[in-house]
Amino acid sequence: MTLLGRRIPMAFSLAIWCLVWEVIGRMEVISLIPPFTEVLRALFVVTPSQDFKTAATITFQAFAIGMGLGLVVGIVMGILMGRIRAFGELMGMWVNIFESSPLTAIVPALMAILGFGLPTMIVTVFLFSVWVIALDTQVGVERVNPSLIEMGRSFGANNRILFTRIVFFAALPELLAGIRLGLIRGLKGVIIGQLLIAVVGVGYLFELYSRNFLMPEFWALLIVIFGFAFIASEIVGYFERKVSFYAKSR
Amino acid sequence: MNHPHTDTGPRSTAELAPEPAVRVQDLTKEYPGGIQALDKVTFDMPKGELTSIIGPSGCGKTTTLKIIAGLIEPSAGEVMVYGKAVRGPGPERAFVFQEFALLPWATVLRNVAFGLELRGVGKKEREDMAREYIVKMNLAGFEDAYPHQLSGGMRQRVGLARAMAVDADILLMDEPFASVDEQIRRKFQEDLLHLLSVEKKSVVFVTHSIEEAVYVSDQIVILTRGPAHVSKVVRPGIDRSGDSQEIRRSPGYLDSVENIWDELREYLEE
Repeated sequence: MTLLGRRIPMAFSLAIWCLVWEVIGRMEVISLIPPFTEVLRALFVVTPSQDFKTAATITFQAFAIGMGLGLVVGIVMGILMGRIRAFGELMGMWVNIFESSPLTAIVPALMAILGFGLPTMIVTVFLFSVWVIALDTQVGVERVNPSLIEMGRSFGANNRILFTRIVFFAALPELLAGIRLGLIRGLKGVIIGQLLIAVVGVGYLFELYSRNFLMPEFWALLIVIFGFAFIASEIVGYFERKVSFYAKSR
Repeated sequence: MNHPHTDTGPRSTAELAPEPAVRVQDLTKEYPGGIQALDKVTFDMPKGELTSIIGPSGCGKTTTLKIIAGLIEPSAGEVMVYGKAVRGPGPERAFVFQEFALLPWATVLRNVAFGLELRGVGKKEREDMAREYIVKMNLAGFEDAYPHQLSGGMRQRVGLARAMAVDADILLMDEPFASVDEQIRRKFQEDLLHLLSVEKKSVVFVTHSIEEAVYVSDQIVILTRGPAHVSKVVRPGIDRSGDSQEIRRSPGYLDSVENIWDELREYLEE
């Protein structure tokens, strides 16, 4: 951001928004918004608490397992869809339907089948993240310049070598974009799942805070989730930037 | 290198050279959907010579070249390389692509060495080899550059260096200079001739430029409009000892260009 021809660091614009928040909070116009300093204070109360630790652990566990499954299944499915035409046609419609459907509606059904615990959360994360990863991987694999494949074959590469030395790297920019979007959706999935289950994890804490009108705690928890999502997507973004130099010139 | 010698026997085109590097025999290619690209294309490519394939655009020049490379399977007919039927790509052939086909995520050094890498040559050995051709192709100093940092002409030199580095006897070049400027193109043609006089390769060269074909070729195969068959095989017989400007003004050169132009004109007017 620049103001009056001078570059202003990101932190400055963040500081302005925090100030605005603080002022609105102090004015007590909307009861949902406590002053920012109150939220900060709550942050130091909430995060060390045993409730938070239990909730964070189970949430992270569900997220990690669900994401792991989503990554493996999504990438493999995307590669197969991109490389095998018939498989792409067979799966394409379904993957697109699931990708664009409101999967939140399925969670209660999952609860009925899998119960109120970890399995439901894992499956929710998986279902939220897997489709976008598969679709982006497919796009990446399909866009691989055919003359690169011919080049590989002309030098005697077999399918495995073609894949590990050429197709994988050529598809990497799309693959990483898919992973980043998948991570964010997976995180949404775990929170939405827990909110609907309402008795476990971070979702339970959200329920607890909002029902008892503990707004500073509520916001503090939200900031923690934001922070986690931001860091996770920045880590993938770091790798995306590493490959961006060739993404444009393929 | 030892090549399996088989009896090629007397054939209509065999009088040109006793032992062709590549023999293209009744090559027919029909693509799915009934589009016929080639119709019994037959010619020999003498060892150590440069053979151009020329013809109207879309006539199947590149298809012919890719069948020789083993990248496309013919519908009928066959390609013999040193008397042995082609069943796929082989180490005695290297391909130079029109669109360069460089790895955008790899440096010039790795790109030049990539053919060797795919053939399982160790890192040290292949990089030494690559450096040698980087120097020969006037790319010294650009070892660590990426393809997007290079001009079109330089990229094609990388593609050429990659093909040379695997030390294949037969180079298959698909309109290698089509994507570079005219001035650079002429320089490339001379560089190519110089390189071939040193390296002793057999080359199949696809081009749509008559001038280019006459300038660089020992033999020119003229294909008809698709489905292509061989219209004529011409040997320009140009004396290349002189200066390039002189060659381009010599009666032999100009006559050859004119003859091929007459030959091709028929197919344009159909």
